Amino acid sequence: MITEFGHFALWMALAAALVQSVVPLWGVRNASAAGMRVADTAAQIQFLAVAVAFGALVRAYVVSDFSLETVALNSHSSKPMLYKVTGVWANHEGSMLLWVLMLALFGVLISLFGRMIPVAMRATVLAVQAVVGVGFYLFILLTSNPFIRLDNPPLDGRGMNPLLQDPGVAFHPPLLYLGYVGFSTAFAFALAALITGRVDPAWARWMRPWVLIAWSGLTAGIGLGSWWAYYELGWGGFWFWDPVENASFMPWLIGTALLHSAIVVEKRNALLQWTILLAILTFSLSLIGTFLVRSGILSSVHAFATDPARGVFILVLLCLYIGVALMLFAWRAGELREGGVFALWSRESGLLVNNVLLSAATGVVFVGTLYPLVLELLTGDKITVGAPYFNQTFLPLFGATMLAAGVGPFLSWKRARPAVVLRRAAVTMTVSVALTIGLALTLTQADPAGLFGAFVAIFLATATLQDLALRAGVPGVRASVALRRLLGLPRSAWGLYLGHTGLALAAAGVVAVSVWKAEEIRSVAPGTEMAVGPYAFTLAEIGQAQGPNYQTTIATIEVTRAGQAVATLQPERRWYPVEGRPTTEAGIRSLWHGDLYAVLGDPDGTGRHVVRYYYNPGVPWMWAGAVLIACSALISLTDRRLRIGAPSRRRAPTMQPAE
Amino acid sequence: MREIPDPRSLFRSVWHVLCGTFLPCLLAVVLTGTTPPAQALDAEEMFEDPAQEARARDIGRQLRCLVCQNESIFDSNAGLARDLRVVVRERMAEGDSDAEVIAFVSDRYGDYVLLKPPVEGHTLVLWLAPVLFLGIGGIGLLTYHRSRERRVVPELSAADRAEAQHLLNGEQ
Repeated sequence: MITEFGHFALWMALAAALVQSVVPLWGVRNASAAGMRVADTAAQIQFLAVAVAFGALVRAYVVSDFSLETVALNSHSSKPMLYKVTGVWANHEGSMLLWVLMLALFGVLISLFGRMIPVAMRATVLAVQAVVGVGFYLFILLTSNPFIRLDNPPLDGRGMNPLLQDPGVAFHPPLLYLGYVGFSTAFAFALAALITGRVDPAWARWMRPWVLIAWSGLTAGIGLGSWWAYYELGWGGFWFWDPVENASFMPWLIGTALLHSAIVVEKRNALLQWTILLAILTFSLSLIGTFLVRSGILSSVHAFATDPARGVFILVLLCLYIGVALMLFAWRAGELREGGVFALWSRESGLLVNNVLLSAATGVVFVGTLYPLVLELLTGDKITVGAPYFNQTFLPLFGATMLAAGVGPFLSWKRARPAVVLRRAAVTMTVSVALTIGLALTLTQADPAGLFGAFVAIFLATATLQDLALRAGVPGVRASVALRRLLGLPRSAWGLYLGHTGLALAAAGVVAVSVWKAEEIRSVAPGTEMAVGPYAFTLAEIGQAQGPNYQTTIATIEVTRAGQAVATLQPERRWYPVEGRPTTEAGIRSLWHGDLYAVLGDPDGTGRHVVRYYYNPGVPWMWAGAVLIACSALISLTDRRLRIGAPSRRRAPTMQPAE
Repeated sequence: MREIPDPRSLFRSVWHVLCGTFLPCLLAVVLTGTTPPAQALDAEEMFEDPAQEARARDIGRQLRCLVCQNESIFDSNAGLARDLRVVVRERMAEGDSDAEVIAFVSDRYGDYVLLKPPVEGHTLVLWLAPVLFLGIGGIGLLTYHRSRERRVVPELSAADRAEAQHLLNGEQ
């Protein structure tokens, strides 16, 4: 009964979305305030309805109602409660329901916290969001309905992919969708700007908080997914340039460009058309990502759907939304007038260079991901575009982006003095070259590419700290004054410094583990000691244990360094009888400089086991960097001028409707 | 594909290398020859010589496991990936260079097996993409600046200049 109510609520959400997409636009056109206000009410009703539907599905999973097809196919009564709940979005139907829940969530948040946005703009934004929503509600109800009942319900479910029964990946989809779907706000603001013909610094300020939330969520989601791959898939890799990963990485890259170009709109009223285009492209890439993952066009552990009807449906939606948005852009963008002027040497130009590099990097990932599909469709030739391609094409572009990110903050707005900028950059260069040479001398194996990567990370970190010091007045002022100045910096400045430091830290980690990791694979009997880099790993014993819905073999591995005990690792090899599949759980101890990592492989029948031991330097920096980057957006979000709901009374926003 | 190199091929390879008087490889072959793989385990496939092993892994990272999703044969646990790893090591033992080993595999399995697509007619777009995007971006950036500069600092006509000079001189 509750399930049927949920099903009904989903149709209600569709109805609310239809109202929300039509009435407010009518209101805007006829200058009817009542019509425009419908947007807020409809957004709230839509959210309530879809939340009820989602709640009903969660309940079905929690009580293991196997009369529901999706529950029967994807759950099992013996699963721990956590995975019963997270199992809701670990399959196609449930994850699409989560998608629309997020979309409705952003709508209701804009209706509640976007009060300072003029009603016409807010109504248009919400209407655009609802149009997106209508398409996806139809997609769910017509092709991927989670509320379909089975005539003959089974006694128990088929279970869930054991790889996904893990806390790391359990919260990966909601965060990822926070980002993916959150970018729909940027899309909606961009289209609203084109429809109402209004783009100005105030517009950028209204849009920015939503983009920040989405970007932060996407960063955290990608980081979490990468972390999960690192400890769960069992060979110490963290990024595979898998098309599914690229699907989430492209919106992140272009969203990063959007975040930066929106600053130029906000501060200088320039790059208006470009920012709008970026906003459209960001959400378009989110939609393309959804298509790639949800249509089953790529099949990997993430791509569950194999029904082509779904793929075609999303493809049509995708072409419709992206096509209409780009047509609207082509039609209206020429009417937007650029405001602020800036010189070639200026912060604006620096941000523009960042945009060009990030867009090129996105383009490379896009081509690398889609080219094999297109080529196979057109010619039937099958080629593989794997990690070596991306490493050779993407990494140089991203390295250049990082160098630009280091120098960018040295440039002042509007017109920078090249001499000053170059002098500061020369200091950064000297310090980072010296540090890199020092690093090369201390390391036993000096890989040129690795050293260059290390140099890039050191350069960005040095430049960021240097700029921070300059803003605090160091050297030249007393420590107390410097501290006061630092504390007085706007939160958005802290966002910049934390974000860039996080990026440098993460990059340093990636370089370190890619170039200097130590690895040993062997078949050993208990008691055998193996040297891995400076550490000695000893397989102490192997035991059996029983988990809630799996059996497990646990190895105990003692790690020592120069005779001193460092850590005890307990990698596991689990067997999930319901699903009939094994998983590996790596044994990891994180030290400040790197991870000790052990994986237990198959037994060979003579009492020996294959073990893989790693020393992964820099990996903890990677995760710390990702956390810093995600937090930097949230800190920037608390900046006074962006605080959601805080009306800016002191100064009326400069409103210049475009002609 | 064999899981255990048979003795005759081993002998042939030793002979081949001896004839080639290629000492480092000879050493490797002798070493692998003295530890015959007892089990079909990835740990047992390995070369004893770390440099050879590192080479084998580098090659393995460039070849796709054909039955997996986007995994290299080095990363994969699949049986086919293991067989290919053995082939790579055999070819190396025969004294092939990295490129020769990769060519040996791609001749048999097609370009699909190469994680790094070769530069050919139908992959040109792929390899030109970074240059293309960067070029478009760079040109766009410069064009933007040009157009802005032109619009912002309009050239003064001779009459305007004369009038400005007139005003500057304080004449009415």
